[in-house]
Amino acid sequence: MCGIVGLYLKNDKYESEIGKLFAPMLIAMTERGPDSAGFAVYGDAVEDGIKLTLRHEDENYDWAALAKDIETALDTKVNWFQNSKVAVFKVGVDAEKVEDYLEQNHDDVLVMSSGKSIEILKEVGLPERIVDMFKLGDMKGSHIIGHTRMATESAVTMAGSHPFSTGLDLCLVHNGSFSNHNRLRKELQREGIEFDTENDTEVAAGYLTYRLQQGDSLNEALENALKTLDGFYTLTIGTKDGFAVVRDPIACKPAVIAETDDYVAMASEYQALTTLPGIEDAKVWEPEPARIYVWERNGN
Amino acid sequence: MSTNNLAEQTSAFETINGVGTVDLSVQTVRDLNQALHDQHDDMTIEKWDVLNPKGHHNLAVGVNQKLKIDIHGPAGYYCAGMNQEAEITIHGHTGQGVAENMMSGLVRVKGNASSAAGATAHGGLLVIEGDAGSRCGISMKGVDILVKGSVGHMSCFMGQAGVLAVCGDAGEALGDSLYEAHIYVKGSVKSLGADCIEKEMRAEHIEELTELFERAGVTDQDPRDFKRYGSARQLYNFKVDNAGAY
Repeated sequence: MCGIVGLYLKNDKYESEIGKLFAPMLIAMTERGPDSAGFAVYGDAVEDGIKLTLRHEDENYDWAALAKDIETALDTKVNWFQNSKVAVFKVGVDAEKVEDYLEQNHDDVLVMSSGKSIEILKEVGLPERIVDMFKLGDMKGSHIIGHTRMATESAVTMAGSHPFSTGLDLCLVHNGSFSNHNRLRKELQREGIEFDTENDTEVAAGYLTYRLQQGDSLNEALENALKTLDGFYTLTIGTKDGFAVVRDPIACKPAVIAETDDYVAMASEYQALTTLPGIEDAKVWEPEPARIYVWERNGN
Repeated sequence: MSTNNLAEQTSAFETINGVGTVDLSVQTVRDLNQALHDQHDDMTIEKWDVLNPKGHHNLAVGVNQKLKIDIHGPAGYYCAGMNQEAEITIHGHTGQGVAENMMSGLVRVKGNASSAAGATAHGGLLVIEGDAGSRCGISMKGVDILVKGSVGHMSCFMGQAGVLAVCGDAGEALGDSLYEAHIYVKGSVKSLGADCIEKEMRAEHIEELTELFERAGVTDQDPRDFKRYGSARQLYNFKVDNAGAY
């Protein structure tokens, strides 16, 4: 099963309460995915440098010391705050430098996401627990995509839960399963893409990362994904400026979209949309199979 | 008011001006369906209003009495499934499988319907005033379905009996592996499925559509604008030429 939800604001009317609007959407999908949940929120963007969501299994991990280490080693300024087991680091250099430094000197720190505005937060447990743990209700931003997981293809772990990072400010959530993920993983590994889990969605995420590295636009990468990924799926892709929705050509996995003057919302089921303001008068429809929908503030 | 105490079933709804009213912001789907099923042996309340459905699944499922049920808002999956005799109107959109396996009665969707509308239904009439998603009328076995908008891909797949009439367009693979269901489409058909062909529109077909529009209360359609599609009957009978394939 699994549930997907996304909320993209077309203007700044609800930016200060996006978390409050999104939390009930994620919780409404509990029955579709009770074993883990996660979300990627876009907001609080950095102008220079990079924002990373870092994670350490020890809740008492000394993030201040890590910040100091990075400042000294990379000769830069670090602004950071902690949120449960994760910490958001804003660093004045590019992503690669920080990630290389962490890999070589602090390999117990996981990089969940990197970009100008993305933060990926996910955990095993009921969606309501994840909402509380990361204080989703207080979050501000322009868009959020989220996922509630009922595991089928791999173990119930934090690493196997969604969203998966697919590059700078990019992430992926998925409802369905892929049947060619093992072969595709091997092909991608030969191209230098690294994988942390046996999860099928991570392969799809890796595939998008690879296509984007090859110079594809997001649209081209998704068109290639439609040709390459075998299985059944509804995908939602978070980008710096908005999100995209794609369903496989058979479209067995559900999706519904609602649009008003203020937002575009997508969900696996309409139930997740009922708490949104003005939903009664929203345009509501089911996205067509094998069609790529993109909403972005600086694009369409 | 009790929401789930079976001993107090009759208090799971209010009667307002003789209309049984179930508010799903207070009561459960179980309360609603039980109250409707309780009318089977002895109908005391004919008209029902369902308030705040908010996309709940399984609304008004398994009704088997001549009730008139109005669902005031969007419904989730399998709404009005297995309906017998009731007239059920959804004043909103519906999720997948609306009126699946309907036996008789009338189900009307004022908005759009998701995939598999009217799946495997044996009888009755399903009217969708908006669009229907993929697989509309899949394996239909006698139901009549009228869609005022368009239908998605694989509609009427393995349709055995009944009529699917589409006032808009049809998606890919219409009528794939079709048996004897009758398909009428006014707009374009993206592609026909295996063994589905366009057929001549004869007087009896005009009559069949005219009668369907009347029953559905549709007055703005002319049956002569529609094209008919049916089975080429090459696929569903055993052919000795294909014996090697078994």
